[in-house]
Amino acid sequence: MARNPVTWLGSPTFPKAAKEALNDTQLRQNLRRATGTIRGRREAAVAEMTDWEMLRVAGEQIKNDVLARLDTLLVQLEESVTARGGTVHWARDAEEANRIVLDLCRAEDAREVVKVKSMATAEIGLNEALEAGGVHAIETDLAELIVQLGDDRPSHILVPAIHRNRAEIREIFQRRMGVEVSDEPADLAEAARVYLREKFLTTKVAVSGANFAVADTGSIVVLESEGNGRMCLTLPDTLITVMGIEKLVPSWQDLEVFLQLLPRSSTAERMNPYTSVWTGVTPGDGPQRFHLVLIDNGRTATLADSVGRQALRCIRCSACLNVCPVYERTGGQSYGSVYPGPIGAILTPQLVGDMHDPQAASLPYASSLCGACFEVCPVRIDIPSVLTHLRAEAVEAKGRTAESVAMAAAAWMFASASRYEKAQKAGALARFLARDGKITSLPWPGSKWTSSRDVPAPPSESFRTWWRKNRG
Amino acid sequence: MRVRVALFATCLTDTFFPDTARAVVRLLERLGCEVDFPLDQTCCGQMHFNTGYRDHAVPLARKYTDVFRSYDYVVAPSGSCAGMVREVHPTLGESPPRTFELSEFLVDVLGVTDVGAWFPHRVTYHPTCHSLRMLGVGDKPLALLRAVKALDLVELPDSTHCCGFGGTFAVKNAETSTAMLADKMTCVLSTGAEVLSAGDNSCLMHIGGGLSRLRAGVRPVHLAEILASTEEEPWLATR
Repeated sequence: MARNPVTWLGSPTFPKAAKEALNDTQLRQNLRRATGTIRGRREAAVAEMTDWEMLRVAGEQIKNDVLARLDTLLVQLEESVTARGGTVHWARDAEEANRIVLDLCRAEDAREVVKVKSMATAEIGLNEALEAGGVHAIETDLAELIVQLGDDRPSHILVPAIHRNRAEIREIFQRRMGVEVSDEPADLAEAARVYLREKFLTTKVAVSGANFAVADTGSIVVLESEGNGRMCLTLPDTLITVMGIEKLVPSWQDLEVFLQLLPRSSTAERMNPYTSVWTGVTPGDGPQRFHLVLIDNGRTATLADSVGRQALRCIRCSACLNVCPVYERTGGQSYGSVYPGPIGAILTPQLVGDMHDPQAASLPYASSLCGACFEVCPVRIDIPSVLTHLRAEAVEAKGRTAESVAMAAAAWMFASASRYEKAQKAGALARFLARDGKITSLPWPGSKWTSSRDVPAPPSESFRTWWRKNRG
Repeated sequence: MRVRVALFATCLTDTFFPDTARAVVRLLERLGCEVDFPLDQTCCGQMHFNTGYRDHAVPLARKYTDVFRSYDYVVAPSGSCAGMVREVHPTLGESPPRTFELSEFLVDVLGVTDVGAWFPHRVTYHPTCHSLRMLGVGDKPLALLRAVKALDLVELPDSTHCCGFGGTFAVKNAETSTAMLADKMTCVLSTGAEVLSAGDNSCLMHIGGGLSRLRAGVRPVHLAEILASTEEEPWLATR
């Protein structure tokens, strides 16, 4: 089986990647500003809603219902889309999905396609696969375009170029578009607009993702903020939508919940600026050929895990990234996947489906378990619980290690109060390493602590020794 | 009838911070509780569970239930360990005895916010993540601190941001943990406080360890030690 492109080939484990990223002062500054701003705005947008907690519960329950009935709802979606003139394709993995899209492009003789930002197509590495097949994909979302022209990788679900500042963007645009432009945001946006407008008007095939698909009507929903999506979804002759099988809602009415939850959680807006909805093909209006590619790519296996499956409730709002203290400092690329941050730490390893992969196995540890992600998640994914669940899988896959031996020894010691007390007394001897009441240097693995933190000298007697003497 | 309370000192406080455990005993006895410290207690299993060694955490959770089952209440000077017991032990097949973090026990069970403490120092308070988000202690620790005589409480900027401890995270991702610590220390230092307080000695050991390395002149002191301090028997630095 081919490797799942959800993780980038050759990515180091999280601690190694993070160590590099932490030294990038520009990245640190960009992220501090950007996440700090969006955190405050999200909080204000959510505080306006008196029924926010009930909406979150509704979002959670609708998604749980979808996951429980996914088999029948997917068939219903296929019937609805087909009845309205669309064609549905099923892809087991990235390779199958990419081949389907490439074949569809070739059938249209397309050498170029325009794309509206899509996590699903980034997950399967569609652009690279199309390029290899002689079809050039043009990203039309501003941030996605910056990433593409910079031969870069995304670092945020919603704002993939969050790690770039305007001086860097100016440099990329001048080099790749061959234009003179200032670093004023309005000028940069205008340069992108001019560059993209021509593409929208001349390209015959568009590729999109989907935020939601309504099973009973066959309607597909895309939310975006720039209007580029509306162009892609209406101007070309052929539209190919690639969508994860979990993106369903049962009925039109269910959208009401998510169209409130998603904008406030992601961009802190009360209402999303451009919400496009289409149902199959409408003669004489919009694309006349519509293909829906449903991808599994590890989702069915994720669904089989009773704890881990809640990650499939995710609506890709990225609120968890913006509040995550780890993400804020390491940036998204340290996670080695299109899905960074807390959601990436639980989704990516499950989609990879192999905890023997050291990079994937390092992701569930990329968290202090502070719980800020769970607090903001609009569909109430208990990310900390899934993290510890996946850590247990990682430990099992690793087998016997120095750490597992030490952990077993500690468990044996804690199992008996007398052994624990003996260990305590032996450990207290470490106070002879102390100067001025503190230990500043310990051998490995303690050195990982003392590299930046002192350790208080152990007291001459533990509390239990004191209690025994004075109260026992 | 006097409330019968078992102190769950937690392995970290028992071993490294006996002053905190003694302070809990003093405080609870002053408030009329009968305090016991069952000597068979060890660890709640949090380190094992959170690092992925669930199987090793199971017998520790069982031991916890066995040791504390006969008490009306169990009180721990740690939001994180109390959270482990209340939120995680049930997932390991246990029905844990009624366990409270100290500030919850004082405010919710004993119904006091003014515990008669005196602490003439400038203090800032860091709400630890598990006490805040797992247990939902909210403003209880701050209400307790506001009632302490002579205490000058200074608000900590970005107080709800994690300090970067995270158990084994602090060594497995030491660099990221340190970057988080740096920002927390910046906030602490901006307050001009001489004492940093919290309800968890683990987080205090992390932030305090960083402040000590910088010789920043700020001392970590557990909430229990501040609340135990009185004019007659004031808190004294022992290290």
